[in-house]
Parts: sequence; structure tokens; C-alpha cells
Amino acid sequence: MRIEIDEDKCTMAGQCVLAAPNIFDQRDDGVVLVLDAEPPESERAAVEDAIIRCPAVAIWLAAE
Amino acid sequence: MSGLRRIAIVGASVGGLTTAESLRRRGFDGVISLIGDEVHLPYDRPPLSKQVLSGKWTPDRASLRRAADIAALELDLRTGTKATGRRPGLRRVELDDVTAVECDAAVIATGLRPRRLPMLHGLAGVHVVRTLDDTLALRAAVLEAERVIVVGAGFLGTEIAATITEAGPQVTVVDLVPEPVTLQLGQEMGRIVAQLHRDHGVDVRMSVGVAEPIADNNRIRGLVLTDGSRVLGDVVVTAIGSVPATQWLRGAGLDLTDGLVCDATCRAAPGVYAVGDVARWPHANVGGHIRVEQRTNAAEQAQAVARNLLAGSGARPYAPLNFSWTDQYDVKIQLYGHRRADATFALIEGSRGEGRFVGAYTDGGRVTAVVGWNSPKSLLRHRELVQADAAA
Repeated sequence: MRIEIDEDKCTMAGQCVLAAPNIFDQRDDGVVLVLDAEPPESERAAVEDAIIRCPAVAIWLAAE
Repeated sequence: MSGLRRIAIVGASVGGLTTAESLRRRGFDGVISLIGDEVHLPYDRPPLSKQVLSGKWTPDRASLRRAADIAALELDLRTGTKATGRRPGLRRVELDDVTAVECDAAVIATGLRPRRLPMLHGLAGVHVVRTLDDTLALRAAVLEAERVIVVGAGFLGTEIAATITEAGPQVTVVDLVPEPVTLQLGQEMGRIVAQLHRDHGVDVRMSVGVAEPIADNNRIRGLVLTDGSRVLGDVVVTAIGSVPATQWLRGAGLDLTDGLVCDATCRAAPGVYAVGDVARWPHANVGGHIRVEQRTNAAEQAQAVARNLLAGSGARPYAPLNFSWTDQYDVKIQLYGHRRADATFALIEGSRGEGRFVGAYTDGGRVTAVVGWNSPKSLLRHRELVQADAAA
């Protein structure tokens, strides 16, 4: 599982931080910060929640 | 287990698509029909009044998912198809191509229809922004326009005004409310938003309505306002709110009082659920039924409905802490919670002078909502202040 983001699309809603706090944070300006771009499988549900809840469609998983 | 084999989802925007995605994530391997009346693959609406209207993004950048990701869901995807009805007790959804989709359960996610001003009906140069096609038509008109009038100063209207102002035309905003965004953020915040627009050269006219159009050869040229003043505009955009798109469900034996009325688990009737802008349900922490026209709610409610659909008797109430935002010029305004009309507003961090602040709405000693002005990271921390304020 590899996380990809589009910083330009990020709308700084912070929904990813709420869904997967171990994986996502925000920079000081609010833009998404990926703490672990290749997280363990145990984080998959949280990461998928973050992807679904992101209101800017700025997060996705790289094709495997 | 639910025993469901066929689920029909009506509405192929974020609520409908997320419901489908969430059902698959939860292991549902039956048939999912996703029915949408627009011809486009599912796209996102928040960028319409921002990046798509400005031309910063081409429309494909507003897609909700890559085509390959949608294909991987193995949907019975019917774009360009309108659902026309559902009869009480019959487990099917009728379509405008004279076919019907048989289903064990239906999820209604048909969203909203924009309200229009009847007096402007049929005049060229009058626009709304709900769909991608609406937005592209407005963008083409704005490129030719010198003056634009936006009727309606809610989040959508003020956002459209900001985007068009940055594109060049002189913009006038008209609304009956005393300040912009009063319904969403109250008058104190409204005054700050009004000043933001005036600083950018927008003619902000509040507490005044539209009396009649000024037209020539069936083309809009401006508006006469209820105070007798005249405003010129080659283009008029109305953003005066929306009504739930439930007219097709008349006769289906469902309660359609301002939306599709549901129970706390978002179930409207046996085998019928609602998601997104169209759903009205009792929210335990807010008190009473609410209907939420927010992008983030549509996705979150879709996840809840997918869970409840498959859970059978284990369905759980849906009681989210709602989030909405608007981007105007270089300002991002974000809101958590449910602001009540009589709430007291106070700044709790930062200031207007600093260009960033967080404010709280208090009601009976409880913080029911927090708002951030260019403060995304700080607002997320202050989200914790919003307490459950269930009506006792």
C-alpha cells in the first residue's frame, strides 16, 4: 500500500487527520502531511476512511 | 446477515458513489446499480464554483475517482438516466428509459435542485451553478461579461462572486439578508465577509430584493431592486438556495417534507435509505430533524448508510459533527458543528488584523460550533470544544 497525495487539491479540511492520525498530519499552513507513505496493512481501514472522507479527493492509493 | 443481493443507488454524485464504494469495502458482492441523470462520470461539486468556474482546473480534475477505480467497483452504472418513480412496496426503481431496476434495497442520493427566480425565466444570460454543465456555461458567459450580478449571498453566492471578481468583471451581490452568509455564520461573521468583498471591489447590496428584470430582446441587462435602485449586469447568477430533488418519489409512500424523512439510522422505509443533501433525519446531538447540504456529510452519511444497510437489526444512529468550508479570494473559512440562529459569537484566537482567527458560537453555555478564518490547523484543535448539546 503506497499513499499518493495532490497538495494542490488539498483543501486543508483535516478530515484525513481525524480518520488516520497515525498516517496524516497537517503542515502549519494546513496542507496535508503524510507521516508514513507506505503504512502497514493494519492501517489500511483508517487510510481508506481518510481517502473516502477527504472532501478534496486529494488522497489515493497507488495502483499495485 | 442482510440477505441483500441487489441494491439500487439513485444519484451518482459523491453520496451515491461513496455508498457504492463503502458497500464493496464491507464485502457486499451483489449487484449495485448506480443511477445518475448526468452524462458525466461522477464528479465533485465544491470545485465547480472555485477552480472550474475560474478555469484554473479543466473539468476532468474535478472527477471523484479515476475511471479504473470506478470500473473496479463492478457497478451496473447508468449515467444519463433519470429515476422516475418507485411504488410503495414494490422493490424496484423505475427509469426514464422505460426500464426498471429490481432491487432489495434502494439508496436515495438525488441531491438538490437549485431554486430559480420565476421572473427571470426564459431570459438569456441568467445562470445557476449546480452541475458541471451549468458551471461551464457560466464560465463562457463570464468571459464575455463586463458586469455580473449574483443574487444570493450564502456560501455559494459569495464564492461565485469572489471567483468572478478575480476573473475581471465588476460584480454586484444582492440578498434580502442583512449581511452575507448570515444563515451559515451569523451577522458578526457576515459583516467581516461583506468587508472582504468590498475590499475586492464588489458592490455588496444587502437587505434588498429583486423587483424585476431589465431585459432587452429576451436578454438580461440588469435588475431593478426592491428599493427602486437599478443594477446593470450582462450576466445574472442566482444562488438562492435549493430544494431536495424528491419530486420523482411522489406517490412512493414516503414522507417528502423538505427532503426524504428518515429515522436516526437514515432509513426512510423498509429497504429505503437516504444519503446526502436530500436526507432529513433526527440527529441525536443537535435535537430534532436536520438536513445538511455539505460535501463532507454526503461522504460520511454514505459510509453510515452502507454500514446500516448491511447490519440489518444492528443499524446504528448517524450523529456526525458536521464540517463545511468556503474559499473566497485568499481566505478559507471553515466551520465545525451546528450553529444555531440565536448563538452568541466570540473570537477565541487570533484577530481580524492578523488575517487569521478562530471564533466560537455559544448557545446556553455550550459551544455548538467553531469557525476558522485562515486557521485550518488551529480549528481542528478547537473542534474538541464543540460539545454535544442534545435537547434534554
